[in-house]
Amino acid sequence: MRWPIRKKARGPVSLRRNFVTPEGVDLQLELGSAGTRAGAFMLDGLFILVVLIVLTIAIVMLFVASHQGDALAILWLIGFFVLRNGWFVLFEMGGRGATPGKRVMGLRVVARDGARLTGGAVIARNAMREIEIFLPLSFLGSQAAEGTADAFLTIFALCWSGIFLLFPLFNRDRLRVGDLIAGTWVVRTVSGTLGHDLVAGKESARRTFSDAALSLYGVYELQTLEDVLRGGRNDAIATVAWTIRNKAGIADDGDDFGFLSDYYAALCARLERGLMLGKRRENKFAASRG
Amino acid sequence: MTASSAILEVQPILVNATRFRKAREADWERLEYLVSRIEKRSVRSLSDEDLLALPLLYRSALSSLSVARETSLDRALISYLEQLCTRAYFQIYGVPTSALRQIGRFFAKSWPEAVQAIWRETLVAFLLTVAGAVVAYLLVRNDPTWFFGIMPEGLSAGRDPSASAETLRATLYGAPKDDGLAVFATALFTHNAQIAIFAFALGFAFAVPTVLLILYNGLMLGAFIAVFVPKGLGWNLGGWLIIHGSTEIFAIVLAGAAGFRIGTAIAFPGRLSRGDSAIAAGRSAATAMAGTVIMLIAAGLLEGIGRQTVTEDWARYAIGLTMLLGWLVYFYMPRKA
Repeated sequence: MRWPIRKKARGPVSLRRNFVTPEGVDLQLELGSAGTRAGAFMLDGLFILVVLIVLTIAIVMLFVASHQGDALAILWLIGFFVLRNGWFVLFEMGGRGATPGKRVMGLRVVARDGARLTGGAVIARNAMREIEIFLPLSFLGSQAAEGTADAFLTIFALCWSGIFLLFPLFNRDRLRVGDLIAGTWVVRTVSGTLGHDLVAGKESARRTFSDAALSLYGVYELQTLEDVLRGGRNDAIATVAWTIRNKAGIADDGDDFGFLSDYYAALCARLERGLMLGKRRENKFAASRG
Repeated sequence: MTASSAILEVQPILVNATRFRKAREADWERLEYLVSRIEKRSVRSLSDEDLLALPLLYRSALSSLSVARETSLDRALISYLEQLCTRAYFQIYGVPTSALRQIGRFFAKSWPEAVQAIWRETLVAFLLTVAGAVVAYLLVRNDPTWFFGIMPEGLSAGRDPSASAETLRATLYGAPKDDGLAVFATALFTHNAQIAIFAFALGFAFAVPTVLLILYNGLMLGAFIAVFVPKGLGWNLGGWLIIHGSTEIFAIVLAGAAGFRIGTAIAFPGRLSRGDSAIAAGRSAATAMAGTVIMLIAAGLLEGIGRQTVTEDWARYAIGLTMLLGWLVYFYMPRKA
């Protein structure tokens, strides 16, 4: 009898999402993970706190110097309001689409439909923080202040904040309630440079390989080999070279890196020829074309 | 099977990636340079020539990506092109327009449109406020102890059914205690604005908490009126309330209506999918809610400064009703499509 609840095995949850540009190309965005998002939020909280402390100290010092109590009180009240409600909104409405915390963690806010991020969307996603973060916080604060830790109310507050704080974990796109309302999501901003061409740059002698030796592997193994070559770790290169030589029955000529580079070039050329004919051999278990 | 790999003098194997890199790499590098400059500084840092080249370079990089995915197995190349195209995409399509233009658009178009879009909810929120006020008024007139059940302790500040007519009159016209008018106005504004944002956000829970919030606001209003009317101060209280109340209560009603909009859009999405319905409602309701913050700044100024300096009843009525008329014309005036 089969266990009725067990689902079929799933791979690790991928955070890559299709994102088709108006030109019709899928950019394959990578979403920010829950951990990174939480980290970004904590950083922002820290920044806000630091700014608030600096603001308060500055105002107190100004007060000591000038005794302009009214103007400074207004400044503080407005400053606090803007910090609490404006920090996220103003930064995310800027060109980078990210608060300082998000920028440190390499995240940005993007409209899910790929359109321009509008002010309305940014305000909507951040106004929801009011019930996600500030409500449970102020609730717990007042509870602690009054010392009336009513069990029912505490449990209710915990459930409430649990639902909203953990909301991103309950859906596959890691959406906060605010993202849900605003139609946004948070993606990773990746930037990198182009790695060098592994095949070019060698003008003359290359090893040749038999058909049998080249039909051992598919695209997956090729790209793993690419990683090994780019990684440049000698022990990994030696191990891989030994494995391939062993499998293909090739004698060791003492130059592991040269051997792997040539094998990579030959295998890549062969698999690419297959691609041209519409045959993509995904990995070594897939049938070799023949 | 060959026993060894012979070394031969042959033509170097050129895989697609190599050919491709040679032909296009200069374009990619230029695009990367331009995008990095926009990311670090702004679009304005680009020359006209670069600005014109940007979309072309972007499209060419996109087509490179499509071709590379189909014909090349060089993973470094594909992931480089992916990140380059993504960065360029966000700089070309995803960036909001300039702040000044956004603000202009907000006042000229988005705000009144967003308010018009929630006119039904506004009506409901207004009726709820009125209903709350009437109920509280009747309750307190019948049994003054209800007042203490409705009002939080701190807020009434002595203005309860046991107070004498003279004390009450003094609270309506009394000179300000000290010269902290502006601070008072600011504190009122931040408090009310926070409540407005809160009413909006709570709408997410199918609008139920927002309904309660709006109803309670009405109850407090009614209880307050019920204290003053029996002492013959109804007309005077009206002036005291309307000078800022026409703006403030309107703003709270609008914030509540924005919350209702979200809640109802999630509960009853109609023909749209629930998610799409929530997004459409959320974006426009958030715009209306942002507008209420501006209204509350005006209300805070009227309450904190205007009311304390203008003590003539007719002047208070005139200011309050003018503000109301102004808001109504601004929001609901028919506009060209």
